[in-house]
Amino acid sequence: MSTVARKKSVIWDYLTTVDHKKIAILYLIAGGFFFLVGGLEALFIRIQLAKPNNDFLVGGLYNQVLTMHGTTMIFLAAMPLIFAMMNAVVPIQIGARDVAFPFLNALGFWLFFFGGVFLNCSWFLGGAPDAGWTSYASLSLESPGHGIDFYVLGLQISGFGTLMGGINFLVTIINMRAPGMTYMRMPMFTWASFVTSALILFAFPPLTVGLVFMMMDRLFGGNFFHPAQGGNTIIWEHLFWIFGHPEVYILVLPAFGIFSEIFATFSKKRLFGYSSMVFATVLIGFLGFMVWAHHMFTTGMGPIANAIFAVATMAIAVPTGIKIFNWLFTMWGGNIRFTTPMLYAVAFIPSFVMGGVTGVMNAAAAADYQYHDSYFVVAHFHYVIVGGVVFALLAGVHYWWPKMFGKMLNEALGKTTFWLFLIGFHLTFFIQHFLGLMGMPRRVFTYLPGQGFETGNLISTVGAFFMAAATIILLVNVIITTAKGKKAEADAWGVGRTLEWAVASPPPEYNFAQTPLVRGLDALWIEKMEGKKGLTPAEPLGDIHMPNSSILPFVISLGLFIAAFGFMYHNQHSWGLFVGIGGLLITLGSMFLRSVIDDHGFHIHKEEIMEAEKGVKA
Amino acid sequence: MANHTNTGNPNVDLAYRRKKNAEEMKHQVISFVLMIALTLVAFFAVGYDEFSHWFSVPFILLLAAVQVAFQLYYFMHMSHKGHEVPALFIYGGVLVAFLTIWAFMTVVWW
Repeated sequence: MSTVARKKSVIWDYLTTVDHKKIAILYLIAGGFFFLVGGLEALFIRIQLAKPNNDFLVGGLYNQVLTMHGTTMIFLAAMPLIFAMMNAVVPIQIGARDVAFPFLNALGFWLFFFGGVFLNCSWFLGGAPDAGWTSYASLSLESPGHGIDFYVLGLQISGFGTLMGGINFLVTIINMRAPGMTYMRMPMFTWASFVTSALILFAFPPLTVGLVFMMMDRLFGGNFFHPAQGGNTIIWEHLFWIFGHPEVYILVLPAFGIFSEIFATFSKKRLFGYSSMVFATVLIGFLGFMVWAHHMFTTGMGPIANAIFAVATMAIAVPTGIKIFNWLFTMWGGNIRFTTPMLYAVAFIPSFVMGGVTGVMNAAAAADYQYHDSYFVVAHFHYVIVGGVVFALLAGVHYWWPKMFGKMLNEALGKTTFWLFLIGFHLTFFIQHFLGLMGMPRRVFTYLPGQGFETGNLISTVGAFFMAAATIILLVNVIITTAKGKKAEADAWGVGRTLEWAVASPPPEYNFAQTPLVRGLDALWIEKMEGKKGLTPAEPLGDIHMPNSSILPFVISLGLFIAAFGFMYHNQHSWGLFVGIGGLLITLGSMFLRSVIDDHGFHIHKEEIMEAEKGVKA
Repeated sequence: MANHTNTGNPNVDLAYRRKKNAEEMKHQVISFVLMIALTLVAFFAVGYDEFSHWFSVPFILLLAAVQVAFQLYYFMHMSHKGHEVPALFIYGGVLVAFLTIWAFMTVVWW
């Protein structure tokens, strides 16, 4: 194969890759790393709160750890892990050879990566951001040191990457579908990725604007949020939540997509109510933009605004309910196999419904005045984000691991991870509902004895260690599997329904030797039911055009990383401005190079493909 | 997916394509002239003292909206076939932005 001729070291290969499957692995590694960092921060929080008057993390340091836990988990763990799944699966599910813009895909990853690294550099350079993951302007403008600057610039850089990723997947799903893959034949995960990408397209610009305002205020003498200068801190809250609420759906819709695939696959049935699932996904996406102010019921918007946003919020329960019933009906009468991914999927339904119910409770504006800023809210959003998104990511990792890496994860260890995680999760967060109702405020680093919070907090901390143990077992599983895992078939679970199970595990560089002809929903299942071994090709075997790999995405992102340091210090050090401009020159220079250098890619020739495919079949 | 084949292939229906292009050019020129005219009208509306601000501000906003439509449909070819999805996303974005601003103007800040 021609890759042999262009042999490179593994590290250089991954630094320069534009292949969606390798970018998926990069997202998985980087997102997984930040997941561990964020998890460690969560453990520190729980250790501090394990007993009253504890002094493990006091005051400011606790605020930093708390802020970084939220920020890391949302922006640097959940988002990239979602992108890992999307990159690994979506192009193959629609019968494409890659995403629409492979270079942009790599650029999106490196921007996210450098943004995340920049944010975490704060730990070593005078303290992390400490105004909560929402970074409300009234707190963040007063925050001393550079913590908030790290937050603003780091999220801005990684936000660019996310926006690029979203646009890339929109274009890919609209334009790159194989012949016959109509919109209403797309697998549910692809549909969810599509709606999520649209949400990214519309939701990230408000965040970008908010971060620019904040950057101006903190670094360049702006007054957007300074009340004393005629600014308004509430503007930040609105901008943040106009982004922030859709962000929740950006995370959870792909989770719904992953579970839809898993329910159908392991119930050995077509997804129940496919068209209503599509409808519900689009509707959730749309309604997600109409409810941002429910995070701000207590800012004093008045009863009319509160009532309208309360009703709009409750309306989201309807499409979500449609989905829940469709999953239940998918399982009903199915030939169910309780593999690890299926266990997560089944456990997800009650866990997520609990989070949804407390969501409706929070949506009742009058009642929210009681819940607001208490542990009840903490319990609620951890039930939806961990019970929905993290369960889905763990399920997705187990489900698609054989496709991504060519080896089956160990099922016994996988199930151990599942049970430990499930028990730990409910142990940690269920009790927090009651702590909140008893009056324990969130974001406060300690509590006094004798208020009735001791037992609940201790239980919660024990639960966190269960989840940590589950994560360690997952890592052990990954290492064992990589060392001596069972080789995976193309159709790794034996009951695959969608196109990704028709190509080898891991798939060849070009995914499909011949673009497949899609003849219905669950394209592979249709072919299998007609007794065929492979897919019906839609084109004769021919040369395949591939993009060249490039180091430029890495360099462009590195330039912004350097520029961010420069601009952050430009008020104290004279070198700041030079470094800032120098970094921008690196970025713009490499963008210029990208524009002027003609890069026509290369071809994998027909003979090479035939030889490679023979090797797979044999 | 759909019409990726043969677009931009100069050998297909040369005469037809020529005629089509000429027609296209005519549209571009007409809309270009119209846009310049609209811009002049806008300048005039602002400069003319007899018009109150209550007339000229909504009036030039209306002209702006017409110009955006010209831009999108004639200069950026949205009137052509195969632009349904971009149109959907543009109008979707406009709808979401409109609803957000509307909410601010009616219930959040009054």
